[in-house]
Amino acid sequence: MKLTGAQILVQTLIEQGVTDVFGYPGGQVINIYDALYEYKDKINHILTAHEQGASHAADGYSRATGKVGVCIATSGPGATNLVTGIATAMLDSIPLVAITGNVPCSLIGKDSFQEVDITGVTLPITKHNYFVNKIEDLADILREAFAIAKSGRPGPVLVDIPKDVQVGKYDYEPKAMVEKTPLPKVAQSKIDQAVEMLAQAERPYIYIGGGAAGLGLGKDIVAFADKIDAAIGCSFMGLSAVPNESPRFLGMQGMHGHYASSMAQNEADVILAVGVRFSDRATGNVAKFAKKTKIIQLDPDSAEINKNVRVELGLVGDVEDAFKRIASACEAKSLPMWQDRVKALKAEEVACEEQIAAADKAALTPKQVMDIINAEKPAKTIITTDVGQHQMWAAQYATFDGPRRFVSSGGLGTMGFGLGAAMGAYVATKDPTVLITGDGSFGMNLNELATAVTYKLPIVIVLMNNGVLGMVRQWQTLFFGKRYSNTVLDRKTDFVALAKAFGADGYLAETPVEFKKAFTAALQAGKPVVIDARIDKDEFVLPMLPPGGAIDDIITKVN
Amino acid sequence: MENNKFVIAVYVENKSGVLTRVTSMFTRRNFNIDTLTVGETERSEYSRITISMSGDDYVKAQLVNQLKKLFVVKKVEVLEDEPIKRELMLIKVSNQSEYRNDIMTAVDVFRASVIDYSTESMCIEVTGNPSKIDAFVKLMQPFGILEMCRTGVVALERGANTLFND
Repeated sequence: MKLTGAQILVQTLIEQGVTDVFGYPGGQVINIYDALYEYKDKINHILTAHEQGASHAADGYSRATGKVGVCIATSGPGATNLVTGIATAMLDSIPLVAITGNVPCSLIGKDSFQEVDITGVTLPITKHNYFVNKIEDLADILREAFAIAKSGRPGPVLVDIPKDVQVGKYDYEPKAMVEKTPLPKVAQSKIDQAVEMLAQAERPYIYIGGGAAGLGLGKDIVAFADKIDAAIGCSFMGLSAVPNESPRFLGMQGMHGHYASSMAQNEADVILAVGVRFSDRATGNVAKFAKKTKIIQLDPDSAEINKNVRVELGLVGDVEDAFKRIASACEAKSLPMWQDRVKALKAEEVACEEQIAAADKAALTPKQVMDIINAEKPAKTIITTDVGQHQMWAAQYATFDGPRRFVSSGGLGTMGFGLGAAMGAYVATKDPTVLITGDGSFGMNLNELATAVTYKLPIVIVLMNNGVLGMVRQWQTLFFGKRYSNTVLDRKTDFVALAKAFGADGYLAETPVEFKKAFTAALQAGKPVVIDARIDKDEFVLPMLPPGGAIDDIITKVN
Repeated sequence: MENNKFVIAVYVENKSGVLTRVTSMFTRRNFNIDTLTVGETERSEYSRITISMSGDDYVKAQLVNQLKKLFVVKKVEVLEDEPIKRELMLIKVSNQSEYRNDIMTAVDVFRASVIDYSTESMCIEVTGNPSKIDAFVKLMQPFGILEMCRTGVVALERGANTLFND
């Protein structure tokens, strides 16, 4: 059947299993929006307040489900407003298809109104991108875009469609949803080597990242750790892959990681790294990172092997298959000395945390906020965050009862990510969604409150309000002689009134009792709620490995 | 790790924008290359990019692996074991009577050829291994180099091996 390019686009999205898209109309996507109007019973479009919100929503949608997130923007400023969201997805390997309109081919290159070379702009921040100059190619390019976004190491793909391609007509034949391109299986000899190394290991540590989380390997990882008596730790991106109640799980390691997790990683003799890329925030000084340790690294991306740290054995290909083969080939063993050591490290960690908590005389502390959230949140709650101190407190203290329930910008560290991502996560799952944010991050994209209210997305927004840009301020305290350059916000924003102005609810909480009351009420509100939780500006995220430092430099208290 | 010179051959799709994708990746990953050439191949659907650069084993492995991730790249190969390397140079030198014989002798010895001649200048074409070209440039320096243009290295493996039957 002959359809317009815009209709082919929407039909192909439907064919690829897309049920929800996030976007914002404009001059060069009017035809696409006209087609969306036509197919509105099959595809739900969420109109955001800003294209950046749409990109983060598509990203949150994907993180919470594993499905490919889709966002749409017009040419020029619409397209450039997606850039931060696309880069966020790229750095965390999130499958996204971003659709942009552009001026007709005859006007390309003439600096036409709202013309921008968005494929050029997004070249280094997409897994791949396309400029569609022939309507004949449109459907297949879109299919390829979905295949690339979700296959191997996932990532964002942008498809730029000029107006004349949207308007033109061409035959459209529906096809099946594209499958992930299978990855090569890891050679048996390499699996044998890994099994041998793990058999010899006296202090094994399974280190999981976003790759393991994305594959849903949590249960297998816990079972394997039980079998070989290993400890489990994760990178920031690996959070929620393994449920917190697993006694082997030591939590996140790295710059603001759990003491026991970082220490155990440093003392391990073999690390089995699953879908984790050894980012500088995870390793600190690479020259001093896990010096006594042999690392086995499983990753779908060959460029990750030996990129940031030298590994003993790199296994490239189908991570799930390789992990399961290793797990089934390893013999069960018991390592009481290692378990005693891990227990001792955990005891040190608890003592350290208690000391920090006891010293904190503030009326409401971040730890108390997180404890109340953990205690009161319903099952299946998704926790999303922005970026900064609140994000690290969430990463350290939040508990998760299943995979894909922690949605946060890791690699790019995008302030302003949270609200859009929370909307996407809620739209995708309809599960309880809590956004933990700070006054700095929330200020960046709070316009999306309008969207959350319009679409009745009952997101509970916990705003840890300390009146400062806390993370930078923490660095200024520790490394810049308390010269607080531009980190004191001194704003007069009334967040409760602001929430109400948008049509949401707002509560002020200055004590644990007030916070608990506000939080439980917010969970029942059936609409977005902002809780202005006042915390002290001198709260620190601890422990902390100073940038470029090693495990011996760990800071556990600030005088 | 040792810093070695090496040559990488890359088959890419013969489409517009492909070179940008490759060079953008070099910038993004902070690779510093010596020369890069692009041209047609025995298969019309592909172009061949020849990159010569120096670096240690880490740089070499990263470059190959990052290239493989680009969807326009079909095949990447480090040309080991001293491949056949050639480069072409056009060099314009000033034509002064006191040096003319020296220049002509050099042209002769290097099996180069004079392809343009005027009372003020000579343009010489030289082909060969990059080190031969370097030597010729050095030789011409005292005579006054007006302008020069080098193509960068092209290279093929020795013997019957090709990129597609390795």
